[in-house]
Amino acid sequence: MIDPVIASRLQFAVTTIVHIIFPVMSMGLAPFLVYFTWKDIRTGKPIYEQLRRFWTKIFAISFVVGTVTGIVLEFEFGTNFAVFSTTAGDLFGGPLAFEGMMAFMLEATFLGIFVFGRQRVGDALYMASAVLVGIGTWLSAVWILMANSWMQTPRGYELVSENGQQLVTLVDPLAAYFNPRFFWMYVHMQNAAVESVALVMAGVGAYYVFRHHVWGYPVEQVGFWETTLKFGLIALIITAPLQVIHGDLYARHVFETQPQKFAAMEAIWETDSYVPEYIIAFPTSVQDLLDPRAKDIFGIGIPGGASWLASGGDPQATIRGLEEFEGPQPPVALIFWSFRIMVALGFWFILLAFWGAYRWWSGELLEDDLLHKALMVSTPLGILAVHLGWIVTEVGRQPWIIQDVMKTSEGVSSNLSSTEATITLVGFVFVYLVLLVLYLYVVVRLVRAGPPSVSSSATPDRPSDSSTEATVND
Amino acid sequence: MTNPNWLADGPLFGLPLADIWFGLLFFIFAMFLFLDGFDFGAGLLFATRSDEHEREQLLAAIGPFWDGNEVWLVVFGGAMFAAFPAVYANLFSRHYLLMFAILGALIVRGLAPEMYEQREDDRWKRWWGRAFVVGSVTAPFFLGMFTANWLLGSTTIVTLPGIVVGLAVVALTVVDGVAFLRLKTRGNLRADLQTDGYRALGAYLVLIVLVLGYIYVQIPDLRSALLSPLVMLLVVLTLVLAAVYAVATYSDRYYLAFGAGAGLVFALVSIVAALMYPTVDPAVGLTVDSAVVSTIPLNLMTVGAVLLLPLVFLYFGILYSAFSGPIDVEESY
Repeated sequence: MIDPVIASRLQFAVTTIVHIIFPVMSMGLAPFLVYFTWKDIRTGKPIYEQLRRFWTKIFAISFVVGTVTGIVLEFEFGTNFAVFSTTAGDLFGGPLAFEGMMAFMLEATFLGIFVFGRQRVGDALYMASAVLVGIGTWLSAVWILMANSWMQTPRGYELVSENGQQLVTLVDPLAAYFNPRFFWMYVHMQNAAVESVALVMAGVGAYYVFRHHVWGYPVEQVGFWETTLKFGLIALIITAPLQVIHGDLYARHVFETQPQKFAAMEAIWETDSYVPEYIIAFPTSVQDLLDPRAKDIFGIGIPGGASWLASGGDPQATIRGLEEFEGPQPPVALIFWSFRIMVALGFWFILLAFWGAYRWWSGELLEDDLLHKALMVSTPLGILAVHLGWIVTEVGRQPWIIQDVMKTSEGVSSNLSSTEATITLVGFVFVYLVLLVLYLYVVVRLVRAGPPSVSSSATPDRPSDSSTEATVND
Repeated sequence: MTNPNWLADGPLFGLPLADIWFGLLFFIFAMFLFLDGFDFGAGLLFATRSDEHEREQLLAAIGPFWDGNEVWLVVFGGAMFAAFPAVYANLFSRHYLLMFAILGALIVRGLAPEMYEQREDDRWKRWWGRAFVVGSVTAPFFLGMFTANWLLGSTTIVTLPGIVVGLAVVALTVVDGVAFLRLKTRGNLRADLQTDGYRALGAYLVLIVLVLGYIYVQIPDLRSALLSPLVMLLVVLTLVLAAVYAVATYSDRYYLAFGAGAGLVFALVSIVAALMYPTVDPAVGLTVDSAVVSTIPLNLMTVGAVLLLPLVFLYFGILYSAFSGPIDVEESY
């Protein structure tokens, strides 16, 4: 049986890592769906109806799986982190309640209209539904990230002792909810979601374009996939450079507010100035791979690079090393590598965007097989980068559940037995893996089935029977 | 930065906000049990239909609604966390395995109809159909057990009253499910459902009488609360609503039957709340006043709820009126 603290942390990690995929898909798809719906209604061109209907199917399945996996997360605070919930409830519960009342309600009710109501409601209400679903999706992240960012940079509270327990009391809501981290987290996350979906679109589009134009297989509706590829590329060209720009500012903010996390991201143990930024770092023996303190490292580094990054331009800046922080350290190797790979992916996406833009501009977008292959391989990499980013954020904060206020080990439910924790951990690893496989299976099936065929007349058929039958009712 | 006085100087307008949130919490729970309840009921009734077209009709009937319905559970969790964090933490960690049983059931129930539609082969449909039924039955059953354990302060998962309340809640979801489906379907299906509704209603009344009798005999602490005018009134109201439901179902007054079904859910949850008050977690003796959050978040939450709940009702009004009347199997995208 696994220790309840470890089991609870693992369980939260597994459920979050799987869950985040689905909100990323819905948040990233939302702006595309609003645009496709608007163009569909305004122009009546079949391609926009196809795009709307096809990507709405992907959105709908993402939303369903996101809902069922997300409800678990909400209750996990109570089941597994009861001490944290009691301590921080004054401040932490509010955003979750608002997420439900303000964002999730909006999203879920109008999604019903958006998915099932095309034949029942007028264009205006249908368009409004698309917009409101999108707003709901993006508002959800506002509240969730407010709660999370407060755990990173807690503000606006006082610690009050009650019955021998330290309780967080909210004293300044604005300072607490609009804490320093919130803005960076929100911008970085939402842009990442759109970028991830852009990569999915470009990758899926590239697959069919490649099959048709490079391999010469007949592909039905190849025009649909060409357009999909182009929309993916456009979004990638916009989001990829932005992601690296505010990612850089975000990292600087981490350096200022969570120096321990920053030191772990760079695996800096001793406080130093003129710290190099390693682009590649390889231990010379396999055993050293997981030991971030290994001295025997083959690395290519930019001299003063990390100092320059942290300070925003001064290569001589001093960075506090991990040795300066007392108590347990976060698992440095995991954070170091997650951060490195995430940044590398970020630059890879920029390269893809420029490459695609160049080939498009020179009229060879449909011919370049190497670009198509690169895009296909990159289909899931945006979501992988999101995962890596969250590992840096959440694991990098350890051993703290609330930075400098409460340790994760202190936040776990006190009455939780290791048997209970182990049962649910094993159960959830299994269930979430099944959910993930089923989701991928459904998405692949939808992609294989391709876009719905639509008649060129823009108005959808109204079912003749329901309108007449409805009048008989009561 | 200093806060405006109205936020920090005590409850807004001197209102008993802790009590109001206690009421609101149970109201939200009742909304969930009523709305997702008819989805669960439709799920159980799915098992009684073998005709593929009728099954598709059942799924189409709840399709546009269930996501919105289930959000009430999320709001319930959030509201409990925000208003009574100590209860949220104590209750859910104490009923650890039961909570995860509920969550597991909801996962299966949420996923199954979506999966059912994905493929046309028989085996696939048969298994996802079964999953849909199992999820639809276990979710309300576990929820009923959870509610009974919460009210009676039980620390073990499986208790006799827990099982009976669990079964009662399952029966109640079928009562609701029938009322809802009779609004949304036509033909033989609608006529056949009538009998299912009567049976479920009968089962529900028997089970509830058993539970109330058990509480009266076995739990002296709750006896006086049980005999209070409010609870007696709610019990009488339950009987009246049951009669209305039966008559309305018989005379094909679908909306009236649906309303009576909703009333039965609200009466049941009101009985639980009335028996529990003024504690909000009887097992550890947490009262409403001792468990409530501090003034500033409580005031903020109240302002938020006053602004947002009417909007939520507006969304539901738009959704349900957009899909009023019977729902066609083919409707989507």
